[in-house]
Amino acid sequence: MATLEIRDLHVSVEAENGPREILRGVDLTVKQGETHAIMGPNGSGKSTLAYSLAGHPKYTVTSGQVLLDGEDVLAMSVDERARAGVFLAMQYPVEVPGVSVSNFLRTAATAVRGEAPKLRTWVKEVKETMAALQMDPAFAERNVNEGFSGGEKKRHEILQLELLKPKIAILDETDSGLDVDALRIVSEGINRVRATGEVGTLLVTHYTRILRYIQPDYVHVFAGGRIVESGGPELADKLENEGYEAYVKGGAVA
Amino acid sequence: MAEQNTSGSTTAGSIEVGTAGAGAQLAGPGTGRAEVRQPIDARVAVEPSYDVTDFPVPTGREEDWRFTPLHRLAGLHDGTAVSADKGTDKVELGLPDGVTAETVGRDDARLGKAGKPVDRVAAQAYSAFEEALVVTVPKDAVLNEPVKIDVHGEGGVRFAHVVIDVKPFAEAVVVLNHTGSGTRAANVELLVGDGAKLTFVSVQDWERDAVHTAQQTALVGRDASLKSVVVTFGGDLVRIHPRVTYSATGGEAELYGLYFADAGQHLEHRLQIDHDTPHCRSNVVYKGALQGKDAHAVWVGDVLIRAAAEGTDTYEHNRNLVLTDGARVDSIPNLEIETGEIVGAGHASATGRFDDEQLFYLQARGIPEEEARRLVVRGFFAELVQQIGVAEIHDQLMEKIESELAGVA
Repeated sequence: MATLEIRDLHVSVEAENGPREILRGVDLTVKQGETHAIMGPNGSGKSTLAYSLAGHPKYTVTSGQVLLDGEDVLAMSVDERARAGVFLAMQYPVEVPGVSVSNFLRTAATAVRGEAPKLRTWVKEVKETMAALQMDPAFAERNVNEGFSGGEKKRHEILQLELLKPKIAILDETDSGLDVDALRIVSEGINRVRATGEVGTLLVTHYTRILRYIQPDYVHVFAGGRIVESGGPELADKLENEGYEAYVKGGAVA
Repeated sequence: MAEQNTSGSTTAGSIEVGTAGAGAQLAGPGTGRAEVRQPIDARVAVEPSYDVTDFPVPTGREEDWRFTPLHRLAGLHDGTAVSADKGTDKVELGLPDGVTAETVGRDDARLGKAGKPVDRVAAQAYSAFEEALVVTVPKDAVLNEPVKIDVHGEGGVRFAHVVIDVKPFAEAVVVLNHTGSGTRAANVELLVGDGAKLTFVSVQDWERDAVHTAQQTALVGRDASLKSVVVTFGGDLVRIHPRVTYSATGGEAELYGLYFADAGQHLEHRLQIDHDTPHCRSNVVYKGALQGKDAHAVWVGDVLIRAAAEGTDTYEHNRNLVLTDGARVDSIPNLEIETGEIVGAGHASATGRFDDEQLFYLQARGIPEEEARRLVVRGFFAELVQQIGVAEIHDQLMEKIESELAGVA
């Protein structure tokens, strides 16, 4: 069973006046089949956690460990992490002009699966997944994220999630900027992946709205660069009613 | 590709009839000058001429020489190349049935019809060549295979002159392929007869140390069409100057270019389309990639729509993709419009970087760095190669692009 262990993770970014620490000792274990919601106010460092796990070069891990089934994730390059089974659905997916969605998906699937998917079954797989996400088939011929609306970008992220079948899915504010219909469609996609029982999900979000569609097993409150409270789904209800004020007033946020 | 890029620079503009500003000369960002000035040819101080002595030796401060590293021109610009070691070429011709190729002397009446040299190096080539190659495609001949001119430089200095004469209603693809080494200044004349169609492909696939300048002057006949494809991969310094004028109405010119500059290479493409005749069209797309320290690409696109050229429709487009730090692009579209009675005129120039965010995104999907880069560059050029639509060179182009990429550190 796949397990992601984050132990006392400290992460800094380069700022104008030297390095600034954003993550200040994160401890979290996510197992296959589980869904963890990471909730926190703006600037609490939750997106930094997501990007650090994926290996974005902007973030420097100063101490701590990240292990996937005992393997040192921090020693891996970005693409090695992806091939090992870590997937990050990004809040702001990047436009890659000149590269078509279909070419991109097939290249990614080939890299992650270790061999080129068989053309016939692959085409069917992509078509069906796109249909489930209510994506126009014409999307496949467009350039990656180029001219996509916010909702289209998020659907495209979830399309990749469904096709690449990671062990650990980190969803960074996948719900932000979506209208109700898009939120439902995207959530259904995430739930299809969760229903396989083969993925551990780390749902990073500012709002509780998405949790109406995706029931988490655990909810963690993130503030000041670390997890300050953990609980079950009921913690989300508390946040819904009371907001983050109690955590922010603690002065942990820089 | 660059509107999306966070770094790099983008300029774009277009003029349509009826909008404010139509008919005026463009100035400001993207036009390459700060204020309205005289038509393009006026800012080049010297009148076109066949005689090298009509041009002063450039100093590098002139508008048309300011990007070119003169010290790397092997003396082509200052007369010293004439007394340097005379070079040799190995030329192989592939001539479909009916096409003739003749080697002629300087006094042949068919030379010098397309237009005069416009700079010192082109005039030097015209003043110094000893014999010219004249390729003739007869009237009404529709070729179903390309005319091939393979030039393999064997070192030394060469002054070359080539005339491609496509007679009325003929249709031809002509591929001029340059390989090998040496220093070469050339004039290529393209005569596209009334109703004829010429696709002219010039490939600069030189060894790393070659120096090559060429003025490719086209005269497009009534209802004729020219497709010019300039592909530059090799050489130390390459400066290609396609020029188009129209001899009668209804002419059409498409100018495509593709270049890939590696560390230390200077690849310069400057083109001019002189719309002095009504109801002609032109469309320009040049795309280039750069990688490595001091890779330098220059693109200057001059389009002039003279007062008489009513009904003109023109657009020019240059895109650059910078793959690594330390490369430099100068991209200058110039559009001068002397009449408002046109169909359309516009230009766009964009230089983007293959940036860390794109790389991260692709890598985060399991794609290794080198493959990510290849994916992006292949994508960048594939559209243009499709647009060029010359089956004969399609595979060669994609293969060259692949092998250029293999050189990325």
